[in-house]
Amino acid sequence: MKRPQQPDTSNETLVEVRDLHFRLGERVIYDGVDIDIPRGRITVIMGPSGTGKTTLLRLISGQWRQDSGSVTFDGQEVARLSQRRLFELRKRMGMLFQSGALLTDLNVYDNTAFPLREHTRLPERLIRDIVLMKLEAVGLRGARELFPAQLSGGMARRAALARAIALDPDMIMYDEPFAGQDPISMGVLLRLIRRLNDALGLTSVVVSHDISETLNIADHVYIISDGVVVDHGSPEAIRASQSAWVQQFIHAESDGPVAFHYPAAAYAADLLDSA
Amino acid sequence: MQSRALELLVGFFVCLGIAAIFILTMRVSDVSSIGGSHGYTVQAEFFNIGNLQEGAQVNMAGVRIGRVASIHLDPNTYEAVVEMRIDDQFKLPADSSASILTSGLLGSQYVGIEPGGAADFMENGDSFVLTQGAVILEKLISQLLYSFAGNSGDAGDDSAAGDELFPPAPD
Amino acid sequence: MSTLSRSLYTATTWIAEVGRSTLFLLRILASLPALVRKPRLVVEQLYSVGVLSLVIIVVAGIFVGMVLALSGYRLLVDFGAETALGTSVAFIVVRELGPVVTALLFAGRAGSALAAEIGLMRATDQLAGMEMMAVDPVKRVVAPRFLAGVLALPLLTSIFCVMAIGAAGGYYVGVEMLGLDANAYWSGIQSSIQYWPDIAAIFIKSGVFGAIITWVAVYEGYHTMPTSEGVSRATTNTVVIASLAILGANLMLTAIMFSG
Repeated sequence: MKRPQQPDTSNETLVEVRDLHFRLGERVIYDGVDIDIPRGRITVIMGPSGTGKTTLLRLISGQWRQDSGSVTFDGQEVARLSQRRLFELRKRMGMLFQSGALLTDLNVYDNTAFPLREHTRLPERLIRDIVLMKLEAVGLRGARELFPAQLSGGMARRAALARAIALDPDMIMYDEPFAGQDPISMGVLLRLIRRLNDALGLTSVVVSHDISETLNIADHVYIISDGVVVDHGSPEAIRASQSAWVQQFIHAESDGPVAFHYPAAAYAADLLDSA
Repeated sequence: MQSRALELLVGFFVCLGIAAIFILTMRVSDVSSIGGSHGYTVQAEFFNIGNLQEGAQVNMAGVRIGRVASIHLDPNTYEAVVEMRIDDQFKLPADSSASILTSGLLGSQYVGIEPGGAADFMENGDSFVLTQGAVILEKLISQLLYSFAGNSGDAGDDSAAGDELFPPAPD
Repeated sequence: MSTLSRSLYTATTWIAEVGRSTLFLLRILASLPALVRKPRLVVEQLYSVGVLSLVIIVVAGIFVGMVLALSGYRLLVDFGAETALGTSVAFIVVRELGPVVTALLFAGRAGSALAAEIGLMRATDQLAGMEMMAVDPVKRVVAPRFLAGVLALPLLTSIFCVMAIGAAGGYYVGVEMLGLDANAYWSGIQSSIQYWPDIAAIFIKSGVFGAIITWVAVYEGYHTMPTSEGVSRATTNTVVIASLAILGANLMLTAIMFSG
């Protein structure tokens, strides 16, 4: 099946996931998932731990290939691209890893300059200007001489964010950006995601299970569990969802459709049995 | 900056390595013996060369004047042909003789040249007329034992230099 | 039956591993030409695999040369053949001990560090991060390290041999301590060591060993399981596999080069 080569800018949807099936070894991660990621918006993907939210980002960016179904980015089927064309495509996406994934042997400045030096032939003066602009945007211009080991977790993610936007991508994917953050740096990151999205005209995909925080900045929410989309819509629609499962999830109740107990034999029977 | 120190250290390392390669090539293996454009080649035929190896020294009066360049067997005479590369500065009289000697009791073998008295000198490609092969210790001993057993008065003629004293082993 | 199927399974995984590492090597080789435009990356790696291994190689070379000279002297002096000391030291060092010992030390010093470094880059998502920035980690990270290893080991081996034979090692013990004649020491070496195949063997062997060690190290590091246990296993595997591979390759190379 041939796809049109020219980007289809008229389309409101940047990333289109259709009937996605994916398994990792014996485990079924996705069992028929449809997701639309609209341009210029913040889309939040939520779900319990281990539902493969990060896997979705890896499939969108072409690091892994799906078993069946399709993932298209701006009209291009990601899994069918050659390595060269995939790399061209990736220059248009940035990704923020949970760990930041900064190169440990380079300082913050060189980390931010890394994609520019690899992909452009810009003179060093111009690179310096761009890097300082990006670092200013994330508030780390003063920390440019620091090495990743000297940064706190929140600072490392901001530095990685500066690097992710260095090439002015169309889309940024955030993998659990708030995991293990204190309230202040979480707030900083939240505002940063919103501000960058609006100021740079980005499309943002945030994978998270911090419900209350992410619902505040989301334009659109998908909730995934057990390989299928449980619910999706605007944050308000999600909050008002009729699904008992969604209610348990967003209100963090310990028992409900998702049982507190791992499936086991009856408690009394188990105790008596051991005697 | 740090890059300067890095370059210096790597440069130092590479220079050290190349110096080591140079020492190995020139000092340890004495590369001057191979492929050198200087010097001329002479050859000698021996009945037996013992353990003589390529690269062995060629000495005259204990001074090194060249090296053994190659060793092969003449298919017609069944003799070993030893090619030697002699430095240009040494002129060998045309009637010089070559013998295979051992340095020390168990040392490595080398070719010793005895100068003759002729007025003209050997040139590139010339052969020695008089040669004496390696002394094979076992043969020497068995010969001694034989002569002692047979006739203690006629143990050998030490004035006759030549291969006749140590004939090649019969097949 | 289950034993059979299990050993069959083990065999197929093993063969698949061999195939995977060969394909990885081909990928590395294919990305080597691009390094011409970025020599800086190779220089940086020459520092970490070469310069940082220098001390251990020099010290080991001196000690090995001294020990060889001491024990060789005891053996030779009984036959009155102590003039052959230089020859025997040089012979052992140049033909076998130099390339092999240097390679084993290199595997322990540089190979393990290489595997740990790349393994940690895998574990901390740095490699995935590079891929997401449309930078091929094999080109940017692996290939320069591989080339630096292949270049550094022959240099280190030469240094080792010179240290073992030369003024600090065997020569010191033989001539300065035991009173042998310096000329006899050197001329004995010169008449028994040929440029071909003896000295050339150093470069061929150590070049092959360098490729083996860095190949194993970058492969193990690159395919590390992204956990701290995975990194430690990659490091151990590198030293064990590389050491065994060196000894095996040495046997084959010696048989090929010195059989004639």
